[in-house]
Amino acid sequence: MSREVAIIGVGYTGFRALTPDVSYKELMYEAAVKAYDDAGVDPRSDIESFVTVAEDFTEGTSIFDEYVPDQLGAVLKPVHTIAGDGLHGFIAAYMQILTGALDIVAVEAHSKASNILTPQHIMAYAMDPVFNRPLGANPHFIAGLEMNLFLSETGTTREQCARVVAKNRRHALYNPCAAFGATIEPEDVLASDTVAWPLARLDISPHADGAIVVVLASKQRAEELCDLPVWVTGAGWCNDSFSLENRDWSSAVYAAKAGEMAYRMAGIRSPWQELDFAEVDDTFSYKELQHMEALRLCRPGEAGVLVEEGVTELGGDFPINTSGGSLGMGNLLDASGLARLLEVILQLRGEAGQRQIPDVTTGMAFGWRGLPTTSGAAVILSNGYEEV
Amino acid sequence: MSSKIKEYPGVALHESDFAEKKVLYTTWEPNARYAWDTGVAIGRYLAELKRGHIVGTTCHACRRIVVPPRVFCEWCFRPMDEWVYLQDQGVVNTFSLCHVRWDMERVKEPLIPAVIEIAGASKGMGILHLLGEVDPTEVHIGLQVQAVWKPARQRTGAITDIRYFKPSN
Ligand SMILES: [Zn+2]
Repeated sequence: MSREVAIIGVGYTGFRALTPDVSYKELMYEAAVKAYDDAGVDPRSDIESFVTVAEDFTEGTSIFDEYVPDQLGAVLKPVHTIAGDGLHGFIAAYMQILTGALDIVAVEAHSKASNILTPQHIMAYAMDPVFNRPLGANPHFIAGLEMNLFLSETGTTREQCARVVAKNRRHALYNPCAAFGATIEPEDVLASDTVAWPLARLDISPHADGAIVVVLASKQRAEELCDLPVWVTGAGWCNDSFSLENRDWSSAVYAAKAGEMAYRMAGIRSPWQELDFAEVDDTFSYKELQHMEALRLCRPGEAGVLVEEGVTELGGDFPINTSGGSLGMGNLLDASGLARLLEVILQLRGEAGQRQIPDVTTGMAFGWRGLPTTSGAAVILSNGYEEV
Repeated sequence: MSSKIKEYPGVALHESDFAEKKVLYTTWEPNARYAWDTGVAIGRYLAELKRGHIVGTTCHACRRIVVPPRVFCEWCFRPMDEWVYLQDQGVVNTFSLCHVRWDMERVKEPLIPAVIEIAGASKGMGILHLLGEVDPTEVHIGLQVQAVWKPARQRTGAITDIRYFKPSN
């Protein structure tokens, strides 16, 4: 690889179902102040470029990128906004440093989902206006279609999906900033109302508000500034065909391809053995299992059994979503992927508190852009410690 | 060039062709609604407007008094230090005479949007509003103006609690 890049700082605020006390700008400011302090940088003099991630439709303001510089310390600096998952923004910032033109870049993503009064309609806007929207169904049916074929083809059960919910919401109890920690049983999930069969209400991650800022630096600057740099060793992203008429409904091909790209860069052949843990998109319960299989964290059809056996819970052989995932922390819209990355960073720095996994050196974050997309991104991080 | 062309090929479309769906198209009625949390800075700004005051914040580092207020200084990237009451008058920084409505229909009396530098705030710090009770031909950069407020009981905590700014006497 041409140039090594590290994460030197991270800041976050939230994550709550409602944040009426702050505007989105004040929310972003708080996360940015914390990230810059953590990195030991002054945004006005040290940070050379800023990447933000936002979708105009979820903000309710078009050309939203114009609204971000003030609260990030980015006035009169290079700034651009990406419409994608938080990890797409992170990879864009990473690539800016790879060019060699820049040494310190910040990336931001946030959610003010509570301010959207018609979220189901905003989601429907992502559907094709000619082929799909006139049918008039709530877009959650797309998750229903996908879950149905995934369960049918892999032999995974609704009970196993429900166990993902119970696991992640329990993990969230150990994460002080998670919004939806709870002790619930798989039976509670199965008993919740059907939203789009086989998907039930508790299979769906509820929305939350929050903001995350990550500061990246070139090797030289990272080593000057930071005692505990977390290295980016792999990155990949991929989009499948969007079409609801003929996409692959069973396996998440976008995740498989994004993962392969990141593994190749990181020199990883056997992800299950070479990674210590992962944070994997779980916008819906079955998505965690589907993404695990696509990312080769287990064999096809095996993910449900692993969650049943407790392999993926805290204390298991391969913990997944120790943060609580989206099910436990909340669906943070475009910031969801950065929330997955945040947990990987905290685990690799040994700062995950009660949910710290001992002796970890390498972890992966995988983000999905949500319904109705087939858009995913994977990032592999390492703290550079020797495996014990 | 075009003057040499006597006849254009193709079929002309009439509005009725669309109404009768001879030309196929799909429509969608938007349902995008939001309620933005005002937070600390905008929240107090609006609350003060309701009380008939314009309020700003001060940064001790760059010694600016800014309006509308924010809780952080975008230049210094530090928290603001103090809230300060400003006067409900100022100077026109720039203005325009807007002769069209939203549908681009022409109007006789133009709207006069203006940036008004508020007295008491730093140079260049202004709020965007409309001018009223003024002949459009008399408006000029540097014009002294003052706020015309709605009656207190009609105020809702919105920028429209000020109806417009008019020339100072
Ligand atoms: Zn200042």
